Amino acid sequence: MAIAETRLIFKHIDSPGYTNDIDCYIKNGGYTTLRKAITMKTAEIISEVKASGLRGRGGAGFPTGVKWGFIDPSKNTKPVYLICNADESEPGTFKDRQIIHKDPHQLIEGMIISCFANNVKLAYLYIRGEFPEGAKILERACDEARQKNLLGKNILGTGYDLEIYIHRGAGAYICGEETGLIESLEGKRAYPRIKPPYFPAVLGLYMCPTIVNNVETLCNVIHILQMGGANFAKLGKPNNTGTRVLCVSGDVVKPGYYEFEVGALTLGQLIYDVCGGIKNGKKLKAIIPGGSSAKVLKAGERYKIKQKQADGTMADVEIALEDIPMDFDTMAAVGSMAGSGGVIVMDETRSMPDCLANISEFYAHESCGQCTPCREGSLWMKKITSRIRDGKASVEDVGVLKNVADNIAGRTICAFGEACSWPVQSFVTKFKEEFETVAGNGAKK
Amino acid sequence: MSCACKNPFNHDIATENTPMVNVQIDGEWVQVPKGMNIVAAAERFSKFIPHYCYHPKLSVVGNCRMCLIEMGTPKMDANRQPILAADGKPEIAWMPRPQIGCATQVSEGMGIRTESPLVQECRKGVMEFLLINHPLDCPICDQAGECKLQEYSFEHGQSNSRFIEEKVTKPKNVDIGERIVLDDERCIMCSRCIRFSKEFANDDVLGFTQRGSHTTLAVYPGKRLDNNYSLNTVDICPVGALTSKDFRFKMRVWFLKETKSICTGCATGCNVLVGSRENEVHRLTPRENEEVNSLWMCDQGRLGFHEIHEDNRLTTPLINGIKSDWSSALTQIAQQLHGFKPEQIAIIASARMTNEELFLLSGLRKALGGEAVLCDVIERLGQADGILRSADLNPNSNGAKLLGIANPGKLNEIRSGVSNGSIQALLIFNENANEAGLSIESLKKTALVINVGMRLNGAAHFNLPSSSFAEKRGTMINGKGRLQRLNRAIAAPDQARDDWEIIRDLKAAMGGGNGIHTVEEAFKAMAAVIPAFKDLTMSKVGDLGVELTLSSVQS
Amino acid sequence: MSCEFKISQEFEKKVDETITHYPVSKRSASLPLLHLWQEEFGYVSNQGVEWIAAKLDLQPINVFELVTFYPMFRDKLAGKIQFRVCRTLSCALAGGYELFDHLKKSCQIEGDGHHGPAVSADGKYSIEFVECLASCGTGPVLMINDDFHENVSNDKANELVKKYG
Ligand SMILES: Cc1cc2nc3c(=O)[nH]c(=O)nc-3n(C[C@H](O)[C@H](O)[C@H](O)COP(=O)(O)O)c2cc1C
Ligand code: SF4
Ligand code: SF4
Ligand code: SF4
Ligand code: FES
Ligand code: FES
Repeated sequence: MAIAETRLIFKHIDSPGYTNDIDCYIKNGGYTTLRKAITMKTAEIISEVKASGLRGRGGAGFPTGVKWGFIDPSKNTKPVYLICNADESEPGTFKDRQIIHKDPHQLIEGMIISCFANNVKLAYLYIRGEFPEGAKILERACDEARQKNLLGKNILGTGYDLEIYIHRGAGAYICGEETGLIESLEGKRAYPRIKPPYFPAVLGLYMCPTIVNNVETLCNVIHILQMGGANFAKLGKPNNTGTRVLCVSGDVVKPGYYEFEVGALTLGQLIYDVCGGIKNGKKLKAIIPGGSSAKVLKAGERYKIKQKQADGTMADVEIALEDIPMDFDTMAAVGSMAGSGGVIVMDETRSMPDCLANISEFYAHESCGQCTPCREGSLWMKKITSRIRDGKASVEDVGVLKNVADNIAGRTICAFGEACSWPVQSFVTKFKEEFETVAGNGAKK
Repeated sequence: MSCACKNPFNHDIATENTPMVNVQIDGEWVQVPKGMNIVAAAERFSKFIPHYCYHPKLSVVGNCRMCLIEMGTPKMDANRQPILAADGKPEIAWMPRPQIGCATQVSEGMGIRTESPLVQECRKGVMEFLLINHPLDCPICDQAGECKLQEYSFEHGQSNSRFIEEKVTKPKNVDIGERIVLDDERCIMCSRCIRFSKEFANDDVLGFTQRGSHTTLAVYPGKRLDNNYSLNTVDICPVGALTSKDFRFKMRVWFLKETKSICTGCATGCNVLVGSRENEVHRLTPRENEEVNSLWMCDQGRLGFHEIHEDNRLTTPLINGIKSDWSSALTQIAQQLHGFKPEQIAIIASARMTNEELFLLSGLRKALGGEAVLCDVIERLGQADGILRSADLNPNSNGAKLLGIANPGKLNEIRSGVSNGSIQALLIFNENANEAGLSIESLKKTALVINVGMRLNGAAHFNLPSSSFAEKRGTMINGKGRLQRLNRAIAAPDQARDDWEIIRDLKAAMGGGNGIHTVEEAFKAMAAVIPAFKDLTMSKVGDLGVELTLSSVQS
Repeated sequence: MSCEFKISQEFEKKVDETITHYPVSKRSASLPLLHLWQEEFGYVSNQGVEWIAAKLDLQPINVFELVTFYPMFRDKLAGKIQFRVCRTLSCALAGGYELFDHLKKSCQIEGDGHHGPAVSADGKYSIEFVECLASCGTGPVLMINDDFHENVSNDKANELVKKYG
């Protein structure tokens, strides 16, 4: 039995006859929320977003209203910038691309409202370089919006001016990290900045206060205003509100993207009911639940977590992997993260050293190389994992590998340090025996 | 404190009215200026936090991660007031993760641990990462002895390597500038050199190419790191990646004796260390003085010392080109000088001489007839670069003016006097007569030419060998009116002597002893009569010099 | 500067228009200009680096740093038909490596294509591994020039090669 999706963001995506031009969007009620928003006080919009409890969909899950609240337009004399993070590069994640290609105006409307709320006059949409068509679609969408006076000078006669430009990246994953993105947008190597002092809300783009939000996050703003923050907060669970687009890939029968209320279904329901179970009748071996940076979960694992009961008290409960509700807090409680919503499933035939070697190669290739532990450690981990995969390693190498990861996490400039070491730490710890066996013999593919 | 030189940053200097805050460092409460970064703050209490990328005069990038420390802020109660422990000091809520000291500013009630097990482990980890792709051939590296990688790995590293992979290979021996060679395999990508070039030298030529582990320091094809400050990058490079062609592999640094002195290449008077061994100068390196040059110096100044050891050094007194000795030379000169009227005598001195020399010279001039004896120095003008270099290329023009030796306009009179024969006796100190516009022919017509200096003057009847700046002691006044000390790093070659001794002895030979036996005594005698030096002694001038009031210098 | 490439007025106009998107700092236009250059001339030569640097009042090293940091920029020509195969986990599970080997063989391309494109001897094809292209649910994913292709089996690959060839 398939559990019903709650499509908010993906409402129109893939629905028959729906096109990505402005007329279609308007016909389906598009830009009415913008018209409403520009009659509101900016503080009102921000408080609706705060009330909605929306958490960022880019990976870190930071509350959007709080992020916006860091910027006090009455206090600062510098311009405020907004950047839409459309760098979508976290392996296993493929939702933003769908929005961009199939419903670009939803994103543009969400951006315009968010800019209006934060008194932003100049905004950039940073799209990864490998989306040339997406960039063209977005350019066209902006042109269409300009023609209809929804963007540009004196929007809808309100006196509010806003320009949005599409800015293409050029193949570097680290441009997804918000301060790396800002550096890249300033025309430099995407070297993430140290925080403190360079928090985007204070010293962001051109050293001005800057809001960076993910594509899906910005789309959500429309729906929050449409239904009201309080109503939005009723979707999902407390502190885990709204819907979430989950992207499932790997060894399942029906991979793809699915939108559910946050926490409305369990990992087991997602894999077995929604995605039709493991391909070819195989058994589950492991799941990466939130993009390749998230710690791996092993089939058969059980987790002791604190869970809020119906009467509001907390209780210690033990749950199985299949019972993990797909929300931010539980995913963190079981030692991984909801991250970017990318769920990668591996069946029993998969070699864990092989999978980890693949992931480690990704991180070694994508490290910006700025800070010592990540620059040197990411390549070292790739070299060890490759040797283990190829059976040219020893049991000691497995221990060294884990220790190298321990020496990176928490000691780098940006969260890439964790992103590259969490997979290693979790794979090696949870599949220790397999790693040690393969180390001397090689992985069977 | 103000900095005379335009550093973009001065992380280690707090402005005068910065309030102090209470900070706990390794369990002890101390007071430090608010907002100072932790590396600089800890150093004030002899807590050395190892660091590579942090440099007090450059922007902070936090990329090496060597300065990781544990940090905490005061625990707050419901009213946002710090919770106090039994000792009345705030309780500290320690952050679970290490933080970098170089980018963290101290604030009230902050706790810092620089030696905890976690901190030690972080350092060990970072050291290992830095070394895995680094060549392990310290014995042949030019930086050995001054390499922070070698030094910290001794203290914080682990002895056996767990790294058995193939190392990343990068270009070696890259010729990136007139004076600089780069070994990319030794580079630890701290970006100090890039930041220095951009932020201080205003020459954005260096950059990183490639990325990740393959990141490589480079100049753009066809561009060179040739600016006049390029050698400072060698000083600040924490490892042996950037080396000076001039100094490369010539000498092990631990053999060098380092003498505090000043550069005499221009009126800025950058403070330097003269590195020497067995009476040979091998290098000059800048010495910190915030009032003058901060931590930097220009390449021209740095390499200027080579003239000391060039072959044609004058090392024995010559009379008519024939080797002689000091007492014969001085006696003969004194005798001959007695035969000229003051108007027939002229002195060409140098604004590269010390105050003590110039002072004694003014005494000699008096003995020769006072004001009637024409006297001047040779101006040397270059271009100020807006960074350190002054337009005035003489290091002691202010001293020469103050002591009455520089008399603008008189050089012209001397020149015409020599060419029309009205000047018959000429004393030249440390200057090249040709540079002064005196032709050999006109000198040859002059009855008595005495040349005191490092080089032979073929037209002179007497050539007296004198010391170079590295061979003598004394003081100079820089362009901004700062009195600074020159120190002897090496002995003068053979019979060469300090000018002040030569001048003193010449005066004595002419019949007027003055009882001066040391440079200190020369300074004392000078301080007694020159108001600008009132109450000063050479030891009071110290290593960093003292500021004279400019009006007194110029009066 | 050696002038291998002639800058057309039209190109310069596009460049100037792009620069107006960055009213606060021209330097921000570096990446867009590199894209424009590569689209126009096929790769970013030193001439390109120097031309862009001059246009944006930068030093050539500032632009050179970018060319070598961002993998999409090339310093030599790729094939006329350019394959980019996703190498990352979900695609690898779906057969990305096999697709890569298959394309390499059928288009007779030598070289490993792990760091920058490997080009066939006749210059017609090039192939390169790239990291996750954000279409992991439909792997293996293949980009041919600017076009996206999903669920690319070897058979589908053969058809595509024919179609583009
Ligand atoms: C290594 C790394 C890669 C990231 N990649 C992306 C990305 O591709 N897209 C994205 O929206 N956020 C990405 N993020 C998260 C951003 O830094 C940032 O938190 C996010 O854009 C904020 O938007 P949100 O609050 O709407 O989630 C990445 C973070 C890290 C550390
Ligand atoms: S952690 Fe990695 S990606 Fe982040 S700044 Fe350091 S080197 Fe770059
Ligand atoms: S050459 Fe030296 S100063 Fe420059 S980045 Fe490398 S290690 Fe740092
Ligand atoms: S600026 Fe002048 S004093 Fe300083 S090093 Fe250069 S020449 Fe010597
Ligand atoms: S010295 Fe602090 S990170 Fe390098
Ligand atoms: S792994 Fe290939 S598209 Fe994501």
